[in-house]
Amino acid sequence: MKILVCVSKTPDTTSKIAFTDGNTKFDEAGVQWIINPYDEWYSLVRAIELKEANPAATIHLITVGNADAEPIIRKALALGGDEAIRVNTDNSDAYYIAAQIAEVAKQGGYDLIFTGKETIDYNGSSIGGMVAELVDSPYISLATKFDLNGTTATVVREIDGGEETAEVALPVVVSCQKGMAEQRIPNMRGIMAARTKPLKVVEPIAVDALTSIQSFELPPAKAGVKLVAPDNVAELVRLLHEEAKAI
Amino acid sequence: MSVLIFIDQSEGHVKKSSLEALTYGADVAKQLGTTAEGIVLGTVTEDLTALGKYGVSKIHQVSNAALNNVDAQVYASVISEAATASGATVIVFSHNQTGKAVAARVAAKLKAGLVAGACALPNTSNGFSVKKTVFSGKAYAHVNILSAVKVISLNPNSYKTVATEGTAVVEALAVTVNEPKVKITAVNKITGEVPLTEADIVVSGGRGLKGPEHWGILLDLAKELGAATACSRPVGDAHWRPHHEHVGQTGVQVAPNLYIAIGISGAIQHLAGVNRSKVIVVINKDPEAPFFKAADYGIVGDAFEVVPQLTAAIQKMKAGA
Repeated sequence: MKILVCVSKTPDTTSKIAFTDGNTKFDEAGVQWIINPYDEWYSLVRAIELKEANPAATIHLITVGNADAEPIIRKALALGGDEAIRVNTDNSDAYYIAAQIAEVAKQGGYDLIFTGKETIDYNGSSIGGMVAELVDSPYISLATKFDLNGTTATVVREIDGGEETAEVALPVVVSCQKGMAEQRIPNMRGIMAARTKPLKVVEPIAVDALTSIQSFELPPAKAGVKLVAPDNVAELVRLLHEEAKAI
Repeated sequence: MSVLIFIDQSEGHVKKSSLEALTYGADVAKQLGTTAEGIVLGTVTEDLTALGKYGVSKIHQVSNAALNNVDAQVYASVISEAATASGATVIVFSHNQTGKAVAARVAAKLKAGLVAGACALPNTSNGFSVKKTVFSGKAYAHVNILSAVKVISLNPNSYKTVATEGTAVVEALAVTVNEPKVKITAVNKITGEVPLTEADIVVSGGRGLKGPEHWGILLDLAKELGAATACSRPVGDAHWRPHHEHVGQTGVQVAPNLYIAIGISGAIQHLAGVNRSKVIVVINKDPEAPFFKAADYGIVGDAFEVVPQLTAAIQKMKAGA
């Protein structure tokens, strides 16, 4: 069985968000880069667990990005996975990225493609669905559980106001979220092994990007909290009703 | 040229987030000088003609019971075919769980640029750019869509529903409905509660409440306000409250009109799930709790004393109103 895990480089959750070049570029100064948490904690770790249960399985990681993404992919390889592929491009359009992943997926003939439910920078939740469409596979979005029985997967996914359980024959594309697996810390052996695992760099295929970011904007700063005395909740109710018009 | 809005339904009822999408799509159509049409899949018990009051002139219906469960692949195929047949140049979804599953597939199928998580009408003065939230609500991006056909999924609770006069014509649409490859074996919906992502008001509790046995005061307040209930990650992880109530970076992201946080310190991961809320009230006995920096109103005090008083004061206000 072949598993492809999509990995994205994102700024750490606690990063200060600021922009440069007339608000057209994310300010990377002082930013710590991490593996997108949904890609790491849920999809990659679940893939590793599947391989632990079935050692014949292979896991390939894929990232679409420039050379700056390599430390992140090495970090992912330290957790697990047999080899990594980096598609060498700066483009951030979801369709462009999905088309690159789909191309690699078609070449590799994967049974299972995992993505995180979204990246914590662009929050599009789009790559999984687009890849599924481009490789013509079924798509399980927002999965919280994934189990394999031969070539049939049993999954639990989040729907509006609840969850549903479903069965699907491989191949399938799954977007993963909390519940799939527990976070792991790479150990020294994994870190050492990751240094020598193959990291293949491929050039992107020609695809038209369908979107481009024109500019960024920060939300207006909060005016500051209005504190109300704990023995005067009636005042809070008045403010919420008359000033904020929230109740 | 027209705007096609996907109308999401659950058990025969149109979702609130779809009414927002309808209003939004109708406003996009007005902007572009064209008409807005809806598409609904599956068995619907509601009177669809009444959706005309949100600005759509026509609703395409594929009332095939096989479509009562969302299958991203089948849905995308039906919606794309309908969009092409009706000559739609803009397709609007809600960025809810269904939209997250389907919109991206439709966009890829039609080679249409997608803005996922839009929060304002497009700017068409120079191209077609749509504002969306990025960095988990900490910033916005203005994204140009470069393709002829455009797909937008609208963040729930970010566009106000406006109902006026009008009725829509409902037409049965003949399209190919493929057999889904995904077989649904069980559905578990939480009934009788306001769905968290659609709620106008959310009352949320954290470790400050000290244990599941103390949730009564929070539930009373939520009931008085008609609010959905939520919790912080430690509370969900400790099983004090069901997992689906966990809001934050790794849990559910909400954007209600009013978010009341009780006994939650406001770690950055929690804020990432709630910072799109319009008004935030924080009740915490620790004046140094970081949540106060993100709040509009706050009470530094003991939740066990403040919350019941708040419930009573709201009751009193309602009685007086």
